[in-house]
Amino acid sequence: MATWTWFHQLGSPPHAYRIAGRFAPWFGWGALLCIVYGLFGGLVLAPPDYQQKDAFRIIYVHAPAAWLSLSCYTAMAVAAFVGLVWRMKIAHAAAAALAPVGASFAFVCLATGSLWGRPMWGTWWEWDARLTSQLILLFLYLGYMALRSAHDDLQRADRSSAVLAIVGVVNVPIIHYSVYWWNSLHQGATVMKADRPSMPAEMLVPLLVMFLGFTLFQWWVLCTRLRAEILDRERNARWLQTELLDGAR
Amino acid sequence: MKAGDGAVPTGMLAAAAATFRRDVVLAFRRPGQMFQPVVFFLIVTTLFPLSLSPQLSQLRDISPGILWVGALLSSLLALESLFRADMEDGTLEQWVISGQPLAVQVLARILAHWTVSGLPLVAAAPLVGASLAVPATAFGTTMLVLGLGTLCLSGLGAAGAALTLGSRRASVLLSLLVLPLAMPILIFGARSVDLAILGEPTRGPVLLLSALTILTLSLTPWAAASAVRISLE
Amino acid sequence: MTAPTQTGLQVQGVHLWRGERHVLRGVHLDAPLGTFWHVRGPNGAGKTSLLRVVAGFLWPEDGKVVWNGQETRNLGDEFGAQMACLGHEPALKADLTARENIRYLVGLRRAVKDYELDAAFARLGIAEHADRPTRMLSAGQKRRAAMVRVLLSGASLWLLDEPFTNLDVAGVELFAGLLAEHAAGGGVVLATTHQPILAPGVRTLELA
Repeated sequence: MATWTWFHQLGSPPHAYRIAGRFAPWFGWGALLCIVYGLFGGLVLAPPDYQQKDAFRIIYVHAPAAWLSLSCYTAMAVAAFVGLVWRMKIAHAAAAALAPVGASFAFVCLATGSLWGRPMWGTWWEWDARLTSQLILLFLYLGYMALRSAHDDLQRADRSSAVLAIVGVVNVPIIHYSVYWWNSLHQGATVMKADRPSMPAEMLVPLLVMFLGFTLFQWWVLCTRLRAEILDRERNARWLQTELLDGAR
Repeated sequence: MKAGDGAVPTGMLAAAAATFRRDVVLAFRRPGQMFQPVVFFLIVTTLFPLSLSPQLSQLRDISPGILWVGALLSSLLALESLFRADMEDGTLEQWVISGQPLAVQVLARILAHWTVSGLPLVAAAPLVGASLAVPATAFGTTMLVLGLGTLCLSGLGAAGAALTLGSRRASVLLSLLVLPLAMPILIFGARSVDLAILGEPTRGPVLLLSALTILTLSLTPWAAASAVRISLE
Repeated sequence: MTAPTQTGLQVQGVHLWRGERHVLRGVHLDAPLGTFWHVRGPNGAGKTSLLRVVAGFLWPEDGKVVWNGQETRNLGDEFGAQMACLGHEPALKADLTARENIRYLVGLRRAVKDYELDAAFARLGIAEHADRPTRMLSAGQKRRAAMVRVLLSGASLWLLDEPFTNLDVAGVELFAGLLAEHAAGGGVVLATTHQPILAPGVRTLELA
């Protein structure tokens, strides 16, 4: 079937390298456009919120970052699964490329959440459900990256971290649910939930555009990092030397 | 053919029982090692009153947290060596080629580990609880949830120990990997103890914790078995 | 899945990379039932890697391993039951006696009776050490104990990596005899060693 040939072709490093190189500029420029439009629409054009005034605008970075950190982990786990089951080294390279990206998104979410909290709650940190859940997700990312770097043998690093990613992705919904449950028990502590205020279109559209922009950004970074991973792993391969020489010409 | 013609091949459960028995026998031949986690539990839980306050009323409020954090950290101690010895002397390889499903052998090991390391913690829990002014009516629930929680932790720890086999700084890395995954257990378990102290019905979190335990024990043996095979490559 | 035929072990065109080293380059082996193979080669030639590929611990990048007409990759746990390995480590726990160790390890595969254990320990010359904790045994005695396990395993395929280490001259002779006997009885033996194997009918596989 045509779909499966495409799938197996993607597994060959030279192919993946070229395809990633071809798509990367599209993702990159698309991301830039979306983010610029979204930021302009959100920071400048959208009216201030009734309750939170201008402080709510941090949501334009905070909410997409939260969603991306979760989707990155899922993508990482899917790549890990493909790498384990079909023994495709490219899939392991993709998972390795995604990890720091997802961790950065989680960190951005925590930092913007803290910044948002300052005017809202008066403190730099609150143990609210979303922030705590993102914090645990950040720990999962850090654990994944630590396990990768702890194994000297690349194949073992790839395959063990793949198992960890799969165990983690099963746990993510459990952790998410239990943290929200925990938080709901102690209502007194959280004064204001850092939730999306109900939004008119002028506020909502830039937010959706930011989601799209962040997603495209993730894909752009993935393509670029994947190429870097391939360069690192295949540094002695003949195809790479021909490719780079041809490119230099 | 050779010796073994006509001999009865061992079934999956019999092999698992043999592994369980062997692990427990081995542990009992080194009784000193067996009690270290319990002593650690006692020491850690003593740290809290020392650093916070000797007031029993204050301690009772935070006792679920103290009990659980102490139990978690004590369980982690015993986990790092779960597979190490067998890896080094070649027993893990014998497991893989024994013809028995590896995940079942791992489950037997998890249960043996819990029997030897987790159950003593459960037994020590009333003692520690009493020192923190936990009312005796809460002891039953406390022991139940600590039992379930340490069982989950043995499962998660087995997966973590298998993943970190042969890597550098395995014990620290193991804690780094296992603790975030153990947070739901902590949430439900501590809440159960809290409700028990207040005398309120504990059914909700206890059932959630039980469900989590069943899920963990169904999935972590497979993850650990994969990780064991990977470490033998 | 095809029904098993009694064709023994075939290794077909196996390529293996360890990191960036091309360790096994297209290894071929046809080992019908009843053959005894001495796998030879200089250090780093891939002797241990070949045994580990056959045992299923390592997956080759190319080629396949076939046992009795079926690919071992598809056989999974079943293949393990028909194979016994003797590696560098004897797989004995220091706190258990030799008897307890072997009874457990063989017991994972099949029920083993005490008289079988007694006979095997006697055969390997360590009958009086069978009930002492393994930490009190010398390296050579531990290796003999590990051989008891292989002998009683009921497996057709024996894979032995440097089986003669730590053995005295009498021990080497004894082991060589046991291996030859197993092959003569219809099993397949693959052994790597730097020493020459003095036994009838030994075939050689040279790994460059």
